[in-house]
Amino acid sequence: MSNAVAHAEAHGHAVHHDALQHHFETMQQQKEASTLGMWVFLLTEVLFFGGLFFAYLLYRVWYFDAFAEASRTLDISLGAFNTAVLIGSSLTMALAVRSAQTNQRSATVRWLISTIVLGCVFLGVKVVEYADKFEHHHVPGPHFISESPWAAQEQLFFSLYFTMTGLHALHMIVGVGIMSVITWMAAKGKFDEHYYTPVEMAGLYWHFVDLVWIYLFPLLYLVERHN
Amino acid sequence: MSGHVSPKSLYYSIFGALMVLTAITVFAAFLNLGAMNAPLALAIATFKATLVVLFFMHVKYSSRLTKLVVTTSLFFLAILLGEMMMDYATRGLGVIPPPLQ
Amino acid sequence: MLDTLKLPERHYLNNGHGLKSWLLTKDHKRIAIMYLISISVMFLIGGLFAAAVRVELMTPEGDLFLADTYNKMFTMHGVVMVFFFLIPSTPAVLGNFLIPPMIGAKDLAFPRINLLSLYLLWVGAAFFFYALFAGGVDTGWTFYTPFSSSASNSNVVPTALGAFISGFSSILTGLNFIVTIHRMRAPGLTWFRLPLFVWAHYATSLIQVLGTPVVAITIVMVAVERMFGFAIFDPVRGGDPVLFQHLFWFYSHPAVYIMILPAMGVISEVVSTFSRKTIFGYSFVAFSSLAIAVFGFLVWAHHLFVAGISTYSAMVFSFLSFAVAIPSAVKTFNWAATLYKGAISFETPMLYAYGFFGLFLIGGLTGLFLATLGVDIHVHDTYFVVAHFHYIMVGGAIMGYLGGLHFWWPKLTGRMYSEFFSRISAILVFVGFNLTFFPQFMLGYMGMPRRYHAYPDEFQVLNIMSSAGAAVLGVGYLLPVLYFLWSLKRGEVAGPNPWGASGLEWQMPSPPPTENFKEQPVVHGEPYEYTPHVAREANLV
Repeated sequence: MSNAVAHAEAHGHAVHHDALQHHFETMQQQKEASTLGMWVFLLTEVLFFGGLFFAYLLYRVWYFDAFAEASRTLDISLGAFNTAVLIGSSLTMALAVRSAQTNQRSATVRWLISTIVLGCVFLGVKVVEYADKFEHHHVPGPHFISESPWAAQEQLFFSLYFTMTGLHALHMIVGVGIMSVITWMAAKGKFDEHYYTPVEMAGLYWHFVDLVWIYLFPLLYLVERHN
Repeated sequence: MSGHVSPKSLYYSIFGALMVLTAITVFAAFLNLGAMNAPLALAIATFKATLVVLFFMHVKYSSRLTKLVVTTSLFFLAILLGEMMMDYATRGLGVIPPPLQ
Repeated sequence: MLDTLKLPERHYLNNGHGLKSWLLTKDHKRIAIMYLISISVMFLIGGLFAAAVRVELMTPEGDLFLADTYNKMFTMHGVVMVFFFLIPSTPAVLGNFLIPPMIGAKDLAFPRINLLSLYLLWVGAAFFFYALFAGGVDTGWTFYTPFSSSASNSNVVPTALGAFISGFSSILTGLNFIVTIHRMRAPGLTWFRLPLFVWAHYATSLIQVLGTPVVAITIVMVAVERMFGFAIFDPVRGGDPVLFQHLFWFYSHPAVYIMILPAMGVISEVVSTFSRKTIFGYSFVAFSSLAIAVFGFLVWAHHLFVAGISTYSAMVFSFLSFAVAIPSAVKTFNWAATLYKGAISFETPMLYAYGFFGLFLIGGLTGLFLATLGVDIHVHDTYFVVAHFHYIMVGGAIMGYLGGLHFWWPKLTGRMYSEFFSRISAILVFVGFNLTFFPQFMLGYMGMPRRYHAYPDEFQVLNIMSSAGAAVLGVGYLLPVLYFLWSLKRGEVAGPNPWGASGLEWQMPSPPPTENFKEQPVVHGEPYEYTPHVAREANLV
């Protein structure tokens, strides 16, 4: 399992790149370290959201009627539209990474900007949805209003809805921030086919955010829609 | 050095597949499948997630170590969810196990 | 011969002067030193709260503090000690300093993230201090709902945010270690040539990255419930407070292994060095660290036996809790076998290692009492539990930490401390510790509940013993501060390898230069190659 070592010997100091930090021997070693670091970070993210998902699962089983009722107040067309937007942004992100890999600077910048724009569209739609919830007093807490017999348990649903989508949106805001920096770096010509790790890492992060939404959409919007 | 470069067409077809699967999810939610609605929605979501992980996130072409990290995260997620489910699923089944009563 | 030794002219401590050269450093060694100072301050603060608790408990009446104040004292003792001292202790100080040289690397994989994780600890501590000066917090370090989310009127949110932020410090440290150990090893340093200290830290890091996010999300859920009136654990609206306990202990039980595993890593190094023998059953000790890390995640609900979890799952958790004792026992037996026929000497680090054996053994075995369903119901939430986890977290983790600090102090600073005073302090810590906590086993077994500021008269004798022990323990902990500070100026120059130890880190000068090694070391042999009796003299020539 000593890949890094083997590579270090094979390459020596022959390949020297401006982006190589002093404590790494080769670009290969540096890139492998970043990739592993990013994946370990995503692993922590999986468990971070995992706790929330269990809370959702438990209360959905316990209070299915309340969850179904509360879920029906969400706008399914906005949710589906946002899902499409986010999957689209994953596509543009994947293409941005590909352009960076093949050293196409302007294409990289273009795809990154598209990703940022799609991310902002998603967040904009989310703002509209949140505003609607505030208007209808669907925000859990002292001002919550519901006519249904399961009003108390509906608050569990909306609490989880806001916590889950809120944390997801927070991740997206961070992602848009990171992406803006990366776009600027790409425009400045910081990347080439030997060094594009930041683009790739930002991509992994962005795809992860997409993954979370892939689960959130059916769980929150489609609890029981067939009657 | 620059890692695996997937053809553009692959990304477009994965995107297409994800969109179709999203449409299927929404469509299936409006059918009354009894107890099967939720498992179907989750199965489709998991399939979509797998596509994203394998192709958009390049895990299919990644090192064994990356695959190990992905597996580890799922394994410990399963422990977290599974052991809690074990408690909640057996709540109220009686204080003394039936064979001893 | 020793007095001919000189400190190297250039080393990490004099490479750059002034506050800025420290605060903006990317050198893992300087970051480790800053961690050392930070957590020592936190240890002192946590110790003061402990002293307050012990003073109150000298009399049966609650005569020193109001009940509310007492609640805050033990809460803040727990919060400081767990989140700001024990979790960072050995990994952030010794692991940070030693893992790169032990694997022959110039630095950790992500030096800037390493500095960030120190800053996060400071930010977390700042939140804690805010909570402290705003009037403290009274939920216990466990933040149990619904008390924490809707009943308590103390500063729960700032304290919890402090724990949340310091949790990210811990995650980033773990992430850095995992990547470093995977990707930065010297040529020839295969996994099974790694020092066991590194294996222990690898296992620790796994727990840090896998467990901490779960407590983070749990804290978020408590915070939104408390701040916005959301309903997640609130029983009035159908929420389940036991869910909080599940999620909390999914991290907080393995967190005990975050504390004890690095200490075990230290013990492996110390035992083999001071018995001049290769470690017995290297691969068993290495894998038992991983086994503890994995099994540690399977057992958390033994904290919930009386909380209303199902009897069936309680039986499963009880069984699994017994299982986690196996890898711990594997380690202990292997250390004993390492000592067998070794050329044992009793320098201070070894005294701490012996202390660790005794205290960890008692702590571990009483853990089995608590894993037993019936016994746990009897002693749940009594001083028996308090004594048990102090034997592990103080007797185990801090003995290991102090042993490691004494072992590597010459490497950190280039100078030796007073052997006489350090032995005295090791003995004081051992005696004081037992005097403090052994009576608590008896108190708990007789039924004295934890977290009360008053108790029936018949418990007074044992409580006075415990408080007296705490005073001895306090002296034992303060002495090292004095002789370590003294050694910085006056200590004998230690030379690169004062103990004649075999690890790669001892091949660097003491203190090491910023880049650790002049040339990339290449590893040819196995770890712990000791020839009895010879190695020590060889070093002195």
